[in-house]
Amino acid sequence: MTMVLKASGLTVERADGAPIIEDVSLGLDRGEVMGIVGESGSGKSTLALALLAYARRGVRIAGGSVRVADTNMLELDTATLRKARREVVAYVAQDPGAALNPMLTLGTLLTEGLAGSKAEKVVRAREILRKVGLPDDEAFLQRRPRQLSGGQQQRIAIAMAVIAKPKLIILDEPTTGLDVSTRAKVLDLIRQLCISDDLTAIYVSHDLAVIANVADHVTVMYGGQVVEQGTMQEVLATPRHPYTRALLNAVPSLQARQTLRPIRGRVPAVGEAPNGCIFSDRCDHAIEACNTRPALRLVGGTQVRCVRPELAEAFEVRPQAVGHSDRQVANNSAVLQADGVNAFYGHRQILFDVSLQVEPGRCLAVVGESGSGKSTLSRCLIGLHGNLTGALSLDGKPLPLTVDQRDRNARQRLQYIFQNPNASLNPRRTIGQSLAAALANRPEACGNRSGAIIAEAFERVGISPHLAMRYPAELSGGQRQRVAIARALVANPAVLLCDEVTSSLDVSVQASVIELLRSLLADGLGMLFVTHDLAVVRNIADTVAVLSAGRVIEQGDVYKVLSAPSHPYTQSLLANTLQLPTEAIDVPTIARRQSAAGSR
Amino acid sequence: MEMTLTTHQWVRSRPVSGWWRLWASTQVRWGVILLVAMTVLVVIGPFVAPYDPAAPVGKPYAEPSAVAWLGTDNLGRDVLSRVLSGGVYLAWMAPVSALLSVVIGAAVALVTAYYRGWTDLVLMRSLDVLLAFPGILLTLLCVSVFGPQPILLVGLVVLTLMPGVARVIRGAAIPLLDREYVLWAKAVGTPGPVIILRELLPNVSSPLLVELGLRLSWSVGILSSMSFIGYGIQPPAADWGLMVSENGTGLGTQPYAVLAPILMIILYTIGGGLIAEGAARVMARTEGKA
Repeated sequence: MTMVLKASGLTVERADGAPIIEDVSLGLDRGEVMGIVGESGSGKSTLALALLAYARRGVRIAGGSVRVADTNMLELDTATLRKARREVVAYVAQDPGAALNPMLTLGTLLTEGLAGSKAEKVVRAREILRKVGLPDDEAFLQRRPRQLSGGQQQRIAIAMAVIAKPKLIILDEPTTGLDVSTRAKVLDLIRQLCISDDLTAIYVSHDLAVIANVADHVTVMYGGQVVEQGTMQEVLATPRHPYTRALLNAVPSLQARQTLRPIRGRVPAVGEAPNGCIFSDRCDHAIEACNTRPALRLVGGTQVRCVRPELAEAFEVRPQAVGHSDRQVANNSAVLQADGVNAFYGHRQILFDVSLQVEPGRCLAVVGESGSGKSTLSRCLIGLHGNLTGALSLDGKPLPLTVDQRDRNARQRLQYIFQNPNASLNPRRTIGQSLAAALANRPEACGNRSGAIIAEAFERVGISPHLAMRYPAELSGGQRQRVAIARALVANPAVLLCDEVTSSLDVSVQASVIELLRSLLADGLGMLFVTHDLAVVRNIADTVAVLSAGRVIEQGDVYKVLSAPSHPYTQSLLANTLQLPTEAIDVPTIARRQSAAGSR
Repeated sequence: MEMTLTTHQWVRSRPVSGWWRLWASTQVRWGVILLVAMTVLVVIGPFVAPYDPAAPVGKPYAEPSAVAWLGTDNLGRDVLSRVLSGGVYLAWMAPVSALLSVVIGAAVALVTAYYRGWTDLVLMRSLDVLLAFPGILLTLLCVSVFGPQPILLVGLVVLTLMPGVARVIRGAAIPLLDREYVLWAKAVGTPGPVIILRELLPNVSSPLLVELGLRLSWSVGILSSMSFIGYGIQPPAADWGLMVSENGTGLGTQPYAVLAPILMIILYTIGGGLIAEGAARVMARTEGKA
């Protein structure tokens, strides 16, 4: 066994000396994969870049060493470093669409950094294309990145990284933007490369299930520090740090509908970490001793930075199953109904004969991969997609197809919440003004009571009303999404149309938003929840419609569809959804990885 | 659950009003100081000028002396008095034309960007024609026909600058139309003019301010050049642009007669530029975190 990566005491600082990552040490043997997991702001990307001896502008690597094979990355001059970043350590970025130069052909992209004659390069490029499972003919080499799908682009990015046979490859969230089936294939590829090429890799992700499926070792980052480090099974099945446990508790399960425990508070910003244990201000089990910073120490096979590294059983926190809302819905009580909706972009048909209904107090999930038409469907319902046929009805009355033809009441009764919380609020308005603007559409509620209605909406979503003077930029992603929900609530809606509202949030924040939406369902709101994540569906929806290529291929109660899917497409979606090793709550058996990577 | 903020987080992100944020920027502060100082100088200048700007006080192109601190110009008039009195035209014509071109340009841009269709096609293509038509030719033509009246000069500057502003602001506004907050406003049935004013306009304010500063400098340039070629303010009135043109021949013997008005024009331009750029940075910072 040869150690490929040995990083020790790595510290990266901002120009003013505030640490972004602090004293991080990693070690990795040949053929192994290290998963680095953490939420946004944990410093995991900074760490990944520091392993390449790279720091973003205004940030510098202040201490520590990175040794990859025989190369000391932090002590190279510029020219050698550039060469080392190709031949010793390679990097695969999150978004291949942005990382690949759209004007270059795949042949050029792949062979750019290689030495040798043109013929040799082409041979090498073809070999690597076969290896990553893509066609290797001349026509394919002449294609450009935009002619490929997202999954193919990511394969090319991986091929570009491995073509120079680097000792170590760093994958920074390589599967984050991909559909479940594409993601499963890319993960398969990475696993396979680990076996066939003895590839050593660092895999950075916020997704615990992905890490569980690809990594041998796991490093959990929080606030720029390593809080837990060990083998994948030990860290994810028997987590010892409260943060790791909290993170695992926040992940929705595909098997069971259960309470999700959000982590209170927010990740400390750079330079604002508490003096003691970095997690102490959000930890449910913090004690006096947590006021001094604990060192990383070895407890039962894992490195843990906690003074109370006991197992979960010691604290008796177990996820609890929650039932569906007990509202029994009589027939024909649908508040929103769509019949035979067909939607078009130009002459291309996107939706084919889609019919569905949303009932009060219940949540209908619309599930599909990208391109299935699920977002178009929600836009049709809100009336922003003009080009459609079919019939809509709201409260039993026919609903005009476009928003211009709808009356004020219909516009208020249907409210839309967008995927991207960063753009759903006007950045030049305080959040209080945003809510006031929403209320202005309800003349009966204006005047003296408006302040009270706004404050009430803020309280309902768990935002303190004294934050009303803030601009969206001053809030976290989760808070912005709550404000967007509050804005929908001031309209006093009957139905919320939620378009992937949790997909850009961290799991701990997603947990709190799901809990909020559940409580709104309990208040009697109807909800249409568009998502690609089946585990989220399991945890929020009562009924589900599976959308594929613009058609509803399966529809029914969540537990029926998810436990006994009848359509092959639903079955494949389920099969490709990744799960944590400790998935089943009542059966705490540890699922073994399907394929063992590496030499151990 | 996200209500609990630590004290320093609360202090750090305490909301402050937009104007205060602008003033906190060093660039903006210097720009404002410069502009205010220049405006005060231009307004009180004629009253503190030691001589009548039109009256000869000595020989032409006399060097600076105790009598005339900055020397005299081509007709023996006091340069200092003329510099002090010569900013009046520029001081109101440049900001007014810059402001008008930005306001009209932005209005055209936002309306065409939001409504698209025929309005867009007709308005933007006419602007393209204006953009293609040489501004200087138009100026010569109009001034020859109607004479060099200040209002006409302002109108000509606006006509020259406005299409460019409209292009830039339209470019900034179009991506906003796909933003979720604009879609939301449409989905709840907000009328078009309200969306333009409340959702679009505030979010193009950074390019608007940059345009304002840029166009202020341009108007100063255009107005000065008009004076220089003799199609602007007419002699014997004191005007910085005119002074540059009148005393150009004496540059070797009495450089102050040219350099002093040029310095005034530069200071005036820099003030506007600093405010615009500083403001754009402050706004980008507020927004950038979003």
